[in-house]
Amino acid sequence: MGELKRSTQVIEAGEGAAFATTKLESMLAWAQKYSLFMYPFVTACCGMEFMSVSSPRYDFSRFGSEAPRFSPRQSDLLWVVGTITQRQAPILKRIYEQMAEPKWVLAFGTCASCGGFYDNYACVAGVDKIIPCDVYVPGCPPRPEGVLDGLMLLQDKIQSGDRRPSIVKPRHDPAVDQGLGLIDLKRAVKA
Amino acid sequence: MAQALIDLIKRQFPSAVLETHSQHGDDTLVLNALAWKSVAEFLFSSPDAAMNMLVDLTVVDYADREPRFEVVAHLLSLSLGHRLRLKARVGNPEGEGAAIASLTEIWASANWAEREAFDMFGVTFIGHPDLRRILMYPEFEGHPLRRDYPADKIQPLIPYLEIPGIEKVAPFGRDEGMSFGRQVHARWAEDPDDPRAN
Repeated sequence: MGELKRSTQVIEAGEGAAFATTKLESMLAWAQKYSLFMYPFVTACCGMEFMSVSSPRYDFSRFGSEAPRFSPRQSDLLWVVGTITQRQAPILKRIYEQMAEPKWVLAFGTCASCGGFYDNYACVAGVDKIIPCDVYVPGCPPRPEGVLDGLMLLQDKIQSGDRRPSIVKPRHDPAVDQGLGLIDLKRAVKA
Repeated sequence: MAQALIDLIKRQFPSAVLETHSQHGDDTLVLNALAWKSVAEFLFSSPDAAMNMLVDLTVVDYADREPRFEVVAHLLSLSLGHRLRLKARVGNPEGEGAAIASLTEIWASANWAEREAFDMFGVTFIGHPDLRRILMYPEFEGHPLRRDYPADKIQPLIPYLEIPGIEKVAPFGRDEGMSFGRQVHARWAEDPDDPRAN
């Protein structure tokens, strides 16, 4: 809600009445970011993780990206989930071009983000070689928390109108920060 | 059992068998490429061999050898429970003239295996009903699993986007992304008095 809150002003009109003003763009962006119709372009093993994150345990429909649409004409968020081969690249590009504006692209996992270890004759090293990409979720496959972070990052970007590509950062892990192993960490938590 | 099978082929096709070896139960016949199909037909139809399943057919590229490619077929008899591996060597060091008879008429499973071998290595299977690429796209030039195919050579079907100024390093600070849920695994990390938390 951040941007919407900042651009909204509540004006007291006396006698207990009040009205609010806001900017049309932030109102629209607020509506868009909570009604993402997604097109899952699932090609590889990350699809399992995608199913996990869309199922009730992690449940990304909490963020308003509930309805999968298997027609690109009806969707605004293209999830590229998995490895894109050279042979599949024209299909992906065509799907992207068929989507109506405004549209966003989320690269799910290492293969979709940069090709990962598929540095070979057959694969595209990242979907941004083919279509513009908004959010990259690293991981092989990404953890569901990482995907949720990616979705929320995208929502922040929709709200602020920022179309620069962003990467989901790893979550802050004090054990890694301080060079502690898991056993040290357990001891530290117990103490 | 396996040695008996090798001896049977040797008796039946004395000039076709170039060498044989058996290691840890894996029996291999290296055949003259011209006898490839007749030996396979015999192995399929002979009741002593009864090789009714072609498990796999593939190619190995030995770039420094002459002939360069080795076509390998793995056979299994489901009724008699034995296996045999057939090999034949084809092609000159430039990769030309690599041709061998197709086994599709004998085992239908050879169809796609031979198409893959053709796609990846450029070995031609004479008599194959539909010898097209199976994995790569028709516009692809060359055969990607040959040793002389450059490891970093790609042949995109659509031109790659060129957008200046896009870096794949994290472009945002602590305030962007992860609107909540900056997960902390240890309680002491949130305790301002604990020296380990900064």
